[in-house]
Amino acid sequence: MSGIASIHLVENALLVSIQDDVNDTEILELQDSLSRRIAQDNVAGVIIDISALEIVDTFVGRVIAQLAGISKLLDAKTYVVGMRPAVAMTLVELGMYLPEAQTALSLSHALSQLRSD
Amino acid sequence: MPCRSCEVTDLKTQERFTPLARFPLHVSRDVVQARQSVARELRDRGVSNIRVTRFSTAVSEIARNVIVHGGGGEFSVYLDPAAGYLMTVSSDKGRGIADIPQALTDGFTTAGGLGRGLGGAKRLADVFEIISSADGGTTIKMGIKL
Amino acid sequence: MPQTDTATILRILEVDFNSIVEEWVGSQIEEGVKRSDLFSDSENRAQNVELLRSFAKGVRAGVVDSEFDLKDTAWEDLRATLSDITKERVKRGVTPTEMATFVLALKAPMFERLKKELADNPEGLIGEVLMISRLVDAFGIYTNEVFINEREQIIERQRLEMMELSTPVVELWDRVLTLPLIGTLDSARAQEVMENLLETIMQRQARVVIVDITGVGTVDTQVAQHLLRTAAAVRLMGAECIISGISPMIAQTMVQLGIDVGTVSTRSSIRSALDDALKKMGYEITKIKGN
Repeated sequence: MSGIASIHLVENALLVSIQDDVNDTEILELQDSLSRRIAQDNVAGVIIDISALEIVDTFVGRVIAQLAGISKLLDAKTYVVGMRPAVAMTLVELGMYLPEAQTALSLSHALSQLRSD
Repeated sequence: MPCRSCEVTDLKTQERFTPLARFPLHVSRDVVQARQSVARELRDRGVSNIRVTRFSTAVSEIARNVIVHGGGGEFSVYLDPAAGYLMTVSSDKGRGIADIPQALTDGFTTAGGLGRGLGGAKRLADVFEIISSADGGTTIKMGIKL
Repeated sequence: MPQTDTATILRILEVDFNSIVEEWVGSQIEEGVKRSDLFSDSENRAQNVELLRSFAKGVRAGVVDSEFDLKDTAWEDLRATLSDITKERVKRGVTPTEMATFVLALKAPMFERLKKELADNPEGLIGEVLMISRLVDAFGIYTNEVFINEREQIIERQRLEMMELSTPVVELWDRVLTLPLIGTLDSARAQEVMENLLETIMQRQARVVIVDITGVGTVDTQVAQHLLRTAAAVRLMGAECIISGISPMIAQTMVQLGIDVGTVSTRSSIRSALDDALKKMGYEITKIKGN
């Protein structure tokens, strides 16, 4: 998993930062291992930092949406954090609004939202 | 590795251009390499962030299609200095697209995806052309104004 | 019969150059197009000299068998001179009519001289008058084209400047932004507005954004679509979007058009939107006791 940093446990959430050179295979592996860790660590949320990503295409968008769906079934929330303006505009143009996922400006913003829930 | 000596032929004018870069498309790592090289070329030419992201996203969609639907192929980037465009050509030798207008419709999918890839790429690029046939595979040319 | 259609014209332009310039300037004054309020006499005369010189050069090299095209290289000097002069005049507020009359005034002194020169050759006179008319007309039409082109560039520059002026993102409170939209919202502007807003959200780490549409004249399906997409992009970045300034009229139109705002918060006034935004940030506005 060269493109993805390891999964960290921060408070009661799993944190992962996705790097820009992530490929489809790695992102599917990430979905798999995150799903397992949500149940195993009994966390309230998953925080995906995508501030390094220059693009989010329909494939990555779909994986994020699915991950949000999976964590919801496992009683956790998925936060997408640090999306760049250009990425947000492009996703909207592609018709991908990611309604399944929560969003936050930064890691601390996501953690404070998780705490207040 | 990019092959700088190979030439590509313009689909319409048959004009020949020397590519800036050329990549095989076989595994998902190749998709990343293709879109990152396009982003680099665009940024070097002073294209704005939003336009770089839009076009690289289109490249990513198209390059993935070559692998998933076309069974692999290749990708090249070149400059059309007369028109002021950066162009990309991706081609595969797969089954081809039976109904192009249908394939460009949001929500249409043959492989269980979202069905937004092709139509989305068309919206994100300034130039978009498809040539596809059952035995000749699919070639997609996309361009962005510099 | 003259040997070529331009022989006499060229001879006149050569021999009588200075007096033609004087008369040209004179007829411009008569026609009321010499703008002494905008140009000094010497400036105007210098421009006329330059134009007539490059015009003569064009006639010498650029007319073949009575045919010519001002886009040919033979007319390069005339085009360049004209472009400079037009640019200058547009900047100083000269109208297209004044500009065209300025050029067409060249006809009178030329006709006068041809009449004298070819008094005993009426047939030749008609030919030469026709030729100089066609030349000066083409000159005038080209001037108009350059003029319009120059104006269009000014309009485009102003459009870009206005776009920047009309979409300020204002910080209302720590991490609370507002975007007061005014006028019409077409696709190009909507894109620009969205980009500007999202960049500011990132710079200021803004949590709440109020998009106020009080100043937007009409909300049709397309404008509503742009607003909802902007709200969606704001949410993707992790901030909240409130659309304020929805008048009862706009609310009625939106319902009639079947526009579903989904989960986007909407408020009738920017005042209630601000109240809402401050609450989200943990603040409240209260009256100071004793006031």
